[in-house]
Amino acid sequence: MKKLISLGLAAAMAASLTACGSGNASETTAAGTAAASADNKTGDNSGASTFKIGVIGPLTGPAAAYGIAVQNGADLAVKEINEAGGVNGIMFESNAQDDEHDPQKSVNAYNTLKDWGAQAIVGSTTSDPCIAVAAETSNDNMFQITPSGSAVECVAPENVFRVCFADPDQGTASAVYIGEHKLATKVAVIYDSSTTYSSGIREAFVKEAGNQGLEIVADEAFTADNATDFSVQLDKAKDAGAELVFLPIYYQEASVILKQAHDKDFAPIFFGCDGMDGILTVKNFDTSLAEGLMLLTPFSTTEDSSKAFTEAYVAAYGIEPNQFAADSYDAVYAIKAAVEKSGVTADMSYSDICDGLKAAMPQISIDGLTGAGMTWNAAGEPDKAPKAVKIVNGVYEMQ
Amino acid sequence: MKKNKILIQNSITYAMVIGFWAIVQGLSAGGHVSSLMKGLLVPLCIYAILAVSLNLTVGILGELSLGHAGFMCVGAFAGAFFTRCMENVMPSVGARFFFALILGTAVAGVFGILIGIPVLRLKGDYLAIVTLAFGEIIKNLINVMYIGKDASGFHFSIKDSLSLGLDDTGVVIIKGAQGITGTPRAATFTIGILLLLITLAVVQNLINSRTGRAIMSIRDNRIAAESIGINVTKYKLMAFSISAALAGMAGVLYAHSLSTLAATSANFGYNKSILILVFVVLGGLGNIKGSVIAAIILTALPELLRGLNDYRMLIYAIVLIVMMLFNSSPKAIELRAVFMEKMKHGKSAAKEA
Repeated sequence: MKKLISLGLAAAMAASLTACGSGNASETTAAGTAAASADNKTGDNSGASTFKIGVIGPLTGPAAAYGIAVQNGADLAVKEINEAGGVNGIMFESNAQDDEHDPQKSVNAYNTLKDWGAQAIVGSTTSDPCIAVAAETSNDNMFQITPSGSAVECVAPENVFRVCFADPDQGTASAVYIGEHKLATKVAVIYDSSTTYSSGIREAFVKEAGNQGLEIVADEAFTADNATDFSVQLDKAKDAGAELVFLPIYYQEASVILKQAHDKDFAPIFFGCDGMDGILTVKNFDTSLAEGLMLLTPFSTTEDSSKAFTEAYVAAYGIEPNQFAADSYDAVYAIKAAVEKSGVTADMSYSDICDGLKAAMPQISIDGLTGAGMTWNAAGEPDKAPKAVKIVNGVYEMQ
Repeated sequence: MKKNKILIQNSITYAMVIGFWAIVQGLSAGGHVSSLMKGLLVPLCIYAILAVSLNLTVGILGELSLGHAGFMCVGAFAGAFFTRCMENVMPSVGARFFFALILGTAVAGVFGILIGIPVLRLKGDYLAIVTLAFGEIIKNLINVMYIGKDASGFHFSIKDSLSLGLDDTGVVIIKGAQGITGTPRAATFTIGILLLLITLAVVQNLINSRTGRAIMSIRDNRIAAESIGINVTKYKLMAFSISAALAGMAGVLYAHSLSTLAATSANFGYNKSILILVFVVLGGLGNIKGSVIAAIILTALPELLRGLNDYRMLIYAIVLIVMMLFNSSPKAIELRAVFMEKMKHGKSAAKEA
């Protein structure tokens, strides 16, 4: 008897599960509408012709700061475009889904967005999930532009474009910048061997360093599991007489490195990449330690071109935007430009839209927050000039 | 009589899985299955296999293992490595996937034996800690491993892909933290269900065999089992390595369901091991059917709750607590027993009338 009941329960569960599955398309949309006030969805749903943009990023978990910035940046861009009357009468609408910085969850998020009716994807925010989603969008022929998926493989399919620099390009650009400006000759590198981002930049940097007359005196790795103490790495760099320490890592770890270097009276030039952006917002971090830190970033809140965006962003979300927000803001504007150029309409299927946008992308040029006159090649890589900033008196100063 | 009962029990489990497959196939033929659900089908199979295989160690053998994701990781990388290597030799994706499954299962099984020999001398908490460490070691080893292939053969490095010294035709297959990219997505729901059925067949037949009874006797009383001449080490090792091999099989399936495979802590860290353990505990220790159901519900739930936006993980946690209470709190069991009693009475009364 007990077995019978448990069997019945199991059957009921299985049935409810599939029921959930089949009814999910409408369910998600309904929930999305309900959450309009929760900033998850912006735009006007009443117009007949809405172009739906799906946003994917880690909205929860340790990488949430990036995903939320991407969500906010995209929402802001969508809002602005709609306030300006849309594109040829087409209104934009965005919906952000959480991927917890996990490839499998990212594919789930993408499928959710597909059920919602997405016609183009802004995402995924982080590299590994982006590679997984790119394979899916390529299979479906859905247009995808990643704001910040920097691994080389992210844009391997021809329907995927990106706004940020590829990892190797950042490494090469950093080495060239240091060499050309003669910042130092003895260089130490401290990098995170457990992330694609960091090891990718470091590899290209080391490759290019020789051409620029730089000598790598220390090349030290750490992993995400031991990212709290950097004494060993800093001691090695100090003993080797490094004049510059290259930190192709994210800002949380960098803040610890700066603190520990200060405690050791070790004061070389510190040089970072775009992951360093955000160091001034770390909680309980003495920002005076970041004085003189240089970083290669495509975006700075103090530039004239980003003032309006920064003000609008602070007004809407109460925090300063970082480069992830700027990247996704640019991604939405790139889609807008491509929609204008190709003349696709919102009532077309996502596959037709993808063909149109794909052809239009290499022809457009936008003045974005992360670079003036940005263009794309057919392989999906952006073409824009890297900018170096130096932290002086607690603010970025363009170099 | 006893044998018949077992047979019925086992058949119910198979029927449940096949029924699930049939329902989903029917619905998707009619176009009623959403993309999200379609994307979830393979992960559901993967986690069900993992839960069933871990149940063999935890429920049947009675040893707490926290390194199950480590075995999954070994299988995933072995399988994906094979598939990428054989691209030119074996153009058929299906054939490569098939051999990758066998290889991944075998490699994970060998690792199970290697780890099992020293580890199974330990008991209880100690064993749990060592398996936990094993999972982390595997993950970190793969994160520093670079393997490339060119005309002159394989190159191996633990520094970076530059020091592999590949010639122009060389390709880096395992790229340290970046792992393996470009694995064909050969895993389908039908293959997943077939593998789940194989797993169920292996585990259920093992449990009801002479070997299985020996394994359970070790769990129930080791000293008594030894005193009647059961070779404790042999049976422990057998259960442990079969469990590892099945986890490896799930790993290969995982590797072939995504185009990127990296050994991050989200994929193969101890959190994943604990998640699988949660499936097993929630489904009931030693209850194979329960493991499958718990794995399916708990994998699908956070995705089906996406409509709740920011609250979904909170709701998920609450559901977890409620399910745990319903399943195992004494009060809930008492209530359920009373309910059952009433049902029985109602039925017998109906019969009499």
